[in-house]
Amino acid sequence: MLKNLIAQIKQYKKVTILTPIFTALEVFMEILIPFVIAELIDKGIEAGDMGQVYFYGSIMALLALLSLLFGILAGLFAADASSGFACNLRNALFSKIQTFSFSNIDRFSTAGLVTRMTTDVTNMQNAFQMSLRIAVRAPLTFLCSMFMCLFIDVELSMIFFAAVIILGCVLFFIMSRANKIFTKVFEDYDELNASVQENISGIRVVKSFVREKFEDIKFKKASGGLYKMFMKAECILAFNNPVMMLTVYSCIIMLSWFGANHIVFGSLTTGELTSLFSYVMSMLMSLMMLSMIFVMISMSSASAKRIAEVLNETPDISDPQDPIKEIKDGSIDFNDVNFSYKHGSGKKVLKDINIHIDSGETIGIIGGTGSGKSSFVNLISRLYDVDSGEVKVGGVNVKDYDLELLRDKVAVVLQKNVLFSGTILDNLRWGKEDATLEECKEVCAQACADEFIERFPDGYDTWIEQGGSNVSGGQKQRLCIARALLKDPKVLILDDSTSAVDTATDAKIREAFAKKIPGVTKLIISQRISSIEHADKIIVLDNGMINGFDTHENLIKNNAIYNEIYEAQTSAGGDFDEE
Amino acid sequence: MEKRKIDWKLMGKTITRTFKYTFKKYKWHCLVVVICIIATSLATLQGTLFIQKLIDDYIVPLLNSETKDFTPLAHALMGVASIYVIGIVCSYGYNRIMATVTQGTMRDLRDDLFEHMESLPIKYFDTHAHGDIMSIYTNDIDTLRQLISQCIPQIVNSSITIITTFTSMFILNVPLTLYTLAMIGVMLLVTTRIAGRSAIYFKKQQAELGRVNGYIEEMMEGQKVIKVFCHEDKAISDFEVINNELRESAKKANSFANITMPINHNIGNISYVICAIIGAIMALSGFSGLTLGTLVSFMTLNKNSTQPVSQISTQTNAIVMAMAGANRVFDLLDEESEVDNGYVELVNAKEDENGNIIEADKRTGMWAWRHPHKADGTVTYTKLEGDVTFDDVDFSYDGKKMVLHNIKMYATPGQKIAFVGSTGAGKTTITNLINRFYDIADGKIRYDGININKIKKGDLRRSLGMVLQDTHLFTGTVMDNIRYGKLDASDEECIAAAKLANADSFIERLPDGYDTVLKNDGSNLSQGQRQLLSIARAAVADPPVLILDEATSSIDTRTEKLVQEGMDRLMKGRTTFVIAHRLSTVQNSDCIMVLEQGRIIERGTHDDLINEGGRYYQLYTGKKA
Repeated sequence: MLKNLIAQIKQYKKVTILTPIFTALEVFMEILIPFVIAELIDKGIEAGDMGQVYFYGSIMALLALLSLLFGILAGLFAADASSGFACNLRNALFSKIQTFSFSNIDRFSTAGLVTRMTTDVTNMQNAFQMSLRIAVRAPLTFLCSMFMCLFIDVELSMIFFAAVIILGCVLFFIMSRANKIFTKVFEDYDELNASVQENISGIRVVKSFVREKFEDIKFKKASGGLYKMFMKAECILAFNNPVMMLTVYSCIIMLSWFGANHIVFGSLTTGELTSLFSYVMSMLMSLMMLSMIFVMISMSSASAKRIAEVLNETPDISDPQDPIKEIKDGSIDFNDVNFSYKHGSGKKVLKDINIHIDSGETIGIIGGTGSGKSSFVNLISRLYDVDSGEVKVGGVNVKDYDLELLRDKVAVVLQKNVLFSGTILDNLRWGKEDATLEECKEVCAQACADEFIERFPDGYDTWIEQGGSNVSGGQKQRLCIARALLKDPKVLILDDSTSAVDTATDAKIREAFAKKIPGVTKLIISQRISSIEHADKIIVLDNGMINGFDTHENLIKNNAIYNEIYEAQTSAGGDFDEE
Repeated sequence: MEKRKIDWKLMGKTITRTFKYTFKKYKWHCLVVVICIIATSLATLQGTLFIQKLIDDYIVPLLNSETKDFTPLAHALMGVASIYVIGIVCSYGYNRIMATVTQGTMRDLRDDLFEHMESLPIKYFDTHAHGDIMSIYTNDIDTLRQLISQCIPQIVNSSITIITTFTSMFILNVPLTLYTLAMIGVMLLVTTRIAGRSAIYFKKQQAELGRVNGYIEEMMEGQKVIKVFCHEDKAISDFEVINNELRESAKKANSFANITMPINHNIGNISYVICAIIGAIMALSGFSGLTLGTLVSFMTLNKNSTQPVSQISTQTNAIVMAMAGANRVFDLLDEESEVDNGYVELVNAKEDENGNIIEADKRTGMWAWRHPHKADGTVTYTKLEGDVTFDDVDFSYDGKKMVLHNIKMYATPGQKIAFVGSTGAGKTTITNLINRFYDIADGKIRYDGININKIKKGDLRRSLGMVLQDTHLFTGTVMDNIRYGKLDASDEECIAAAKLANADSFIERLPDGYDTVLKNDGSNLSQGQRQLLSIARAAVADPPVLILDEATSSIDTRTEKLVQEGMDRLMKGRTTFVIAHRLSTVQNSDCIMVLEQGRIIERGTHDDLINEGGRYYQLYTGKKA
């Protein structure tokens, strides 16, 4: 799991290695300085020797400058490495998601992907920076101090080695206990936040039912529960400091006692005792730091896991070995097609589909929710792969085509369609990057989008807000159709793409299709009979199977489902809709 | 470039307010914590002092004495140990109490935020991005937690160290103390400089993070469209550009933050060297009575005094960020709540033997408006019937651009009023005025003859049922969600409401029936099923007036039929305002209001309007008249 993440360091490998090196150099300086201080005091000040004061003073100043230099460099490298690492992680995630097929996308929620690319990456960035700096500093300080102690007095060192080991064990015990609770706490915390979210988006419901008090009480109960859990964890953590102090103080007292003995019996000098005290302190400090990293890493491991989940996902649709680079015509064949969203295991969404559509035909598709309409058309541009059987376009299995070619020539206007922030022209040019204004105007005329675009003060340069929130549903749908037309497709699929367009405009669009792009095979999914009744043939889907495939007139006579829908819509059940 | 300096004044205000908020409830806790911190740092201090005394007062005499009597040292160590024990106990006490204070304050803050948020007018939610409100609960509260639990104790601790060491320094030698103070001044100056620079880049980083966030959100939302248009490479290259900008500012912000510590630390070291040199010169020349022995002690104090300063300086970034978070928290708490000056209440009522309406003390199924008159102190009762009148109503969202003009209409009990018109014509706005989600600019709205401004908002809304186009369901069972309409409804009442709404049959087919748990706004249900549930929820509330917003989204014909039947049954016998999208609804209405640009341009029954051949005719037939 971590391998995939660490691989993202890439061009920041150099700074990533330099950071700990310079941190190490900084630590060396920090360890040397107390040594020089001892000399400065012993040989300079206590002896009243000005020359020695200047000598050791300038050494110390030099060391301080070096330490400053190393410290600053380490800090800068750490910042560079960690922000670079985060940047690479985001790029890797983003590029990876771009390779996802529809079924990969379905597995993650939009919000989930956004959190992974923002909060989780930020967590990783912080953990990475901390580890680079402290992961070196703490053990190194520890080791150097230990070495120095052994150098000064082996016997005394043993006293606090024992203390340090005991402290290490206790800290580890405390942290792992607290950590267990914290994992649970964060789950509860997520739930509490989910309930806030629910209240923000549903505030109108809360207010119209006058449930403010009710929600308050519910929230207070949940937040009280969270408080108790937090307290449980914090009460364990509250032992951290006292335990640490207990160890330090015991060491100081023991060191004072045994140190005094050693001095009196001549195996230790007073200056050495002072140094021992400061090394004990720095050893314990580094232990404290290590325990901090331990918490940080375990907290960020959840983030790492979530990021790795995306990076490790294998896209399940990819280009064939020797892709075919040309599509002959817009004929479509389904031969014994079976399909389910969870390949093989899940409920079958399409069963034994056999159908042939001639190039240039207009086909209507109708059926209830969950009857498999969208799944049916999504197989044509290979947005999903079939479980068994084959789907052919222009007489060739879709799996043999170059994916980009296939998706350009089989244009789909999705049911849940999206416009992006940018001008209308920018959005249209998604269909064809170098389209001229005339070409854009032409397709907009076909999609009946020209009338409203020209009414905008900025015309084709009108700025579309994120998600197209400043145009109405009907306008959005017409822009999406125009965008797809610009691809100059051989097959055009409209997945319920005129539901918000009024009936008259809907008819005009169909008319334009018949006149301007007669050679394009058109598949139209709709809930409205009026949108499809003029099609050459209509497919009635029911429960993943083809229930009827015939003209409107014949279906009314022979097909019970079609007849029922028709009856329901003509007897005053129709839409009264306007953009 | 943004302001170069941190707004210290605002920061001071925010810090004071954070303290006040914490003190309000945990006054005694805080007092004990401060005492414990002082005791703990004094215990540590006496330890440091003892190490100095150890050599001079015990070890050196021992070296010189013949008897090698360790008892005085043992006694002294016992004394030190007992003070240490007190320190340890205090340390535990302070950590433990601090946990209560921090977590307790967080809980209070969350509860207050939530309670206050629930009281805010709809306008607030319209004008603030939901993501931003959410981030107050998550990010901002969290930075504040760090401030209270870590920064503040550390600052108290460091201040005590600074005060005690400086007191000792002044006693030892005044000129050297002044010198040390000057050096600390330099450190503080450098720190604020760096912190200021770093704050600028942190702000920039936040802004760029927002941009990256927005881009990711937009692209993830449209991921399927990207696939269909083979736009992957373009999306990646665009992303790389803004991602790289984020990296740049993150690098700068972190660089400044990272170098604070080494700079301060080494200014401390240099200060030490200079102090040693100045001190040595002074001692050797006998200036200001400084002896070499005192100088040694002073040097230790010099080292001790710069440490806490550089410790505090590393906290400045955390403090600046926490203050920004705290500001957003307090901004939300300072938002003005929905004002409710209503005094007319909804009460249970019954008729006495003379046919007069009087107040009842339990549920009678009959409701009345209790209207106290201030002038003569009398109280009148008006039966709740559902008669709504708009009298020349004007409305504007922002006080500038009028959205509704001269709206005049009335609905007598049981009537069905349909609104039709294009998006943005003001259909939804009208319905939002009836339940006072917004207040009108001019004119009057009367409910059963009473000006709705006089009615308590809660009671007014209780008497109005709402089925919105975007159904919002809450985490909980299906039963809980239906009961949302009437909290004391029995299971039977809820099931009856579900039956009326045509929701019963699909609920029965759910894995746990009415006990099926819904999560994430009922994401495991289809749009149609969610709609059926929201109808059931309104049905159980049984209000005399209904506001319906018919769904436009494509529900399949069968479910749509169920929804329609449910709505029709719900509307029976109630005054209904419906934002209509379906022919049948419009045709059956008692009156249709055709809205355009905030004005009612046509009104009448379906037949009237068709004959008129105006806008309605055009909408209905799709032809220009």
